[in-house]
Amino acid sequence: MRLAQGGEIDRTRPLTFTLDGVEYTGFDGDTLASAMLANGIVQVAPSLYRQRPRGIFSAGVEEPNALVQVGAEPSLQATTVRLRAGLVARTLSGVGRLTPEPEQHRYDKRFTHTDILVIGAGPSGRMAARTAAAGGARVILVGAGLPELSDPSGNVESRGPLGGIGDELAATQLRVLTGATAFGYYDSNYVLVAHKQTLWHIRARRVILATGAHEQPIVFENNDRPGIMLAGAVRKYITQYAVLPGRNAVVCTTNDSAYATVAALVQAGARVTVVDSRPIPPDLAPKGVEVISGLVTNTEGRHRITAAAVTTGSTQDRRIECDLLAVSGGWQPAVHLFSQSRGSVRWNGQAFVPDASAQANRVVGAANGTFDTRAALIEAAEAAVEAAAAVGYPVAMPPLPAVQEREITPDNPVWLVPGDPANQFVDLQRDATVADVRRAVGAGMRSPEHVKRYTTIGTGADQGRTSNIPALGVIAEALGTTPGELGTTTFRAPSVPVSFALMAGRDRGKLHDPIRTTPIHSWHVTNGAEFENVGQWKRPWFYPKPGEDMETAVLRECRAARTGVGMQDASTLGKIEVVGPDAGEFLNRMYTNAFKKLAVGSARYGMMCKADGMVFDDGVTMRLADDRYYVTTTTGGAANVLDWFEEWSQTEWPELAVTFTSVTEQWSTIAVVGPRSRAVIGLVAPDLDVSNEAFPFMTFRETTLHNGIPARIARISFSGELAYEVNVSGWYGLAAWEAIHEEGRPYGITPYGTETMHVLRAEKGFPIVGQDTDGTVTPHDLGMSWIVSQRKDFVGKRSLRRPDTARPDRKHLVGLLPVDPGQLLPEGAQMVALDAPTTPPVPMEGHVTSSYRSAALERTFALALIRNGRNRIGETLRAPLGDRVIEAIVTEPVFYDKEGARRDG
Amino acid sequence: MLLISCPWCGEREETEFHYGGQAFVSYPADPESLTDEEWAQYVFFRDNPKGDFAERWVHSAGCRRWFNTVRNTVTSEFLS
Repeated sequence: MRLAQGGEIDRTRPLTFTLDGVEYTGFDGDTLASAMLANGIVQVAPSLYRQRPRGIFSAGVEEPNALVQVGAEPSLQATTVRLRAGLVARTLSGVGRLTPEPEQHRYDKRFTHTDILVIGAGPSGRMAARTAAAGGARVILVGAGLPELSDPSGNVESRGPLGGIGDELAATQLRVLTGATAFGYYDSNYVLVAHKQTLWHIRARRVILATGAHEQPIVFENNDRPGIMLAGAVRKYITQYAVLPGRNAVVCTTNDSAYATVAALVQAGARVTVVDSRPIPPDLAPKGVEVISGLVTNTEGRHRITAAAVTTGSTQDRRIECDLLAVSGGWQPAVHLFSQSRGSVRWNGQAFVPDASAQANRVVGAANGTFDTRAALIEAAEAAVEAAAAVGYPVAMPPLPAVQEREITPDNPVWLVPGDPANQFVDLQRDATVADVRRAVGAGMRSPEHVKRYTTIGTGADQGRTSNIPALGVIAEALGTTPGELGTTTFRAPSVPVSFALMAGRDRGKLHDPIRTTPIHSWHVTNGAEFENVGQWKRPWFYPKPGEDMETAVLRECRAARTGVGMQDASTLGKIEVVGPDAGEFLNRMYTNAFKKLAVGSARYGMMCKADGMVFDDGVTMRLADDRYYVTTTTGGAANVLDWFEEWSQTEWPELAVTFTSVTEQWSTIAVVGPRSRAVIGLVAPDLDVSNEAFPFMTFRETTLHNGIPARIARISFSGELAYEVNVSGWYGLAAWEAIHEEGRPYGITPYGTETMHVLRAEKGFPIVGQDTDGTVTPHDLGMSWIVSQRKDFVGKRSLRRPDTARPDRKHLVGLLPVDPGQLLPEGAQMVALDAPTTPPVPMEGHVTSSYRSAALERTFALALIRNGRNRIGETLRAPLGDRVIEAIVTEPVFYDKEGARRDG
Repeated sequence: MLLISCPWCGEREETEFHYGGQAFVSYPADPESLTDEEWAQYVFFRDNPKGDFAERWVHSAGCRRWFNTVRNTVTSEFLS
């Protein structure tokens, strides 16, 4: 019921909203929950598992019951949803459903540094922020309050006055984020704040936590009926929203704080009976209010509470009719963020309060267990003075506002009132009861962490703000100990639910990860290439002609490269210039084979190992000058190889004069491959003598293409065919590609993609690092002992002599030919012996690393890492594939042109 | 997220760095003269103390320089 006056709502701005299909009216300044209560609605959707009637329980982020879906956004708390015109909400039973529709709103991130961050804009937080900012320090005050729903026009920040902070601060460096929630506190005072549609990443030199406290319930039988609410929430509904949640109230408390609710209820015209757990309740109630020393033990009612059963120490038990039961079981400081910052907490007999800080922070006010207003303000001001001095903007202690001091009657905390444990609810959102907790303890759980997982108490969207302490009380009682002995469960971010869209910000869709394309990319797109992702690169996979599927296209491309001429964009290869008088010596120490004596103008294939002797990367290196090498790496390994070079150069051999520069993006590389490639290169580079004698295999020449483009052309082959690699400046990549394509047209030049490249190299048994190797494969395992120098040291060499690495029966790279030449082994398939058992354990012999259909072989073939494989040539193995079995014969890994007769054309 | 002080660039976000493991593990002068056990110690074995630990970092998204530092593995506080 809406009161005739009062509250902080704007009665001149009525707002119409829809709840569960029915239209209602509230005011600007309402939450959805306060507007519901104003319309007489206390009941929400029934509970998740037991379908019990439930009602609005709180007025903030601790709300366990009143979950709603607003538009497409599920699982919002009605108590934190700000009312707006046209809002359409639906009550939810415990769980929501994400919409499959893409998020329409734009979210963003901001990164900022500040001297002092104050979290919480209650009296303590405002005092701290105002004090800290007075000396000129940069201060950010994060005010909780109402998180706005998706409001594209919402201001990102608001500077200047906030309630209680005067205009004199307009000139200071104080920035106020209203309607914002700090939800994550990480190392080095790094705090995440959800502020409307912006995720703030704030790095602060000092943090002051003024996060307040959460009121705790009392666990009694049928403590979940609609109309049972936290006492502080009842007061907030009356004073802030001018809503009276019930006319006939019982207030059940263990402490003084609920008497403010009593006063507010009386002033709003409700009839009130107080039930106080303390033997001698304080004289705090207004005249005419009955105060009983006792406890509520049970309730009656179906869709709303109708009566409370009260047990008293001195007089007879009572039954009091009511439509509202306001409960206060004491206050638990909101230590979530402090605990996330690795601060420790201690049990003070009633609650867990902050103990020792692990970072540069202080906790003040109710969050520190300081509930007296004057003491809290002093604490906040002192923390601000200390922080301001620490960051170099000292301030004096400010004058304190006059706050009336009063005497406090100590709390008499009660976790649990005797009753039927099956209907005593500990966690309303998870529908978990005292019986569930006792069952967990009975099953042997002792740690609250275990009980939490067994019962799911505290795992709801409310993060157990109203259930953790009662649960600890019940566990402690069952184990005959205290909550302090048990300790709390760990607090983790996010401390309030945060949407995925906010986390993602703009890092969605195309912006999720950088996309790298070569200078020739537009040509590939125009010519219908299908692309595959290689790291962040988009590489042409194959170029299907109309009507072709992948298999047909790849067979056509392979045939062209083997019988005519093909071309491939190889620009994604990693390229590093290694320069300096010691460049050759450095490469000698890195690669398994030697580069120091490589002739200028020549190229050499090299392989690198990590210190454990396992293959790390490979590629061709050209010597451009005495002190200059041009190293190529695998596409995916480029950054790792550069890092690897830097690491050894800086940390082990700083005496070697050598530098490394990534030139991957500076060069475009075009592979021209096949028996007709010499003719095409001759046309495109007319100044070049392309004869085998003048331009032999594994050499390169600097020349100029017929269109004026300077080019470095190398005779390198990754297919076994006569082949060239044309390197030009990235600026000319597309022009060079188009020139080669044009000159190759009479020869039927065929662009091919990565799949054809893979087939061609596999036919020759060339391994791909990362596909045919996996970090457990040595050069010897690959059958490449010829590349391992016996004369010089290199990183990893000593490992190749270790007993396990030198074992003759390690897994070797071999070929596999399926017995049925039409069957294709799946890559990754496990190979077993012919006579292996068909039920586990089945000894594994190895696995397929590469598998293709070959145009040249007119059949399928594969590469595989097989235990002792080189000594098993000719043996038949099986690949059990669930519904079928493929048999394959172990072979040498080279399938095509074993003599190497084709590379010179 | 840690705030790490690069000796060349000053304090930067942890995401700009890569971790390099224990510091002062030198590449042996003559690997071939080592026993298998000695070589295995170099390749595979590192300390894992609870407390102060001398370790290597590289400012890979910044100046790309390697540096040594001492970090407390419990609190992640940098001591040097």
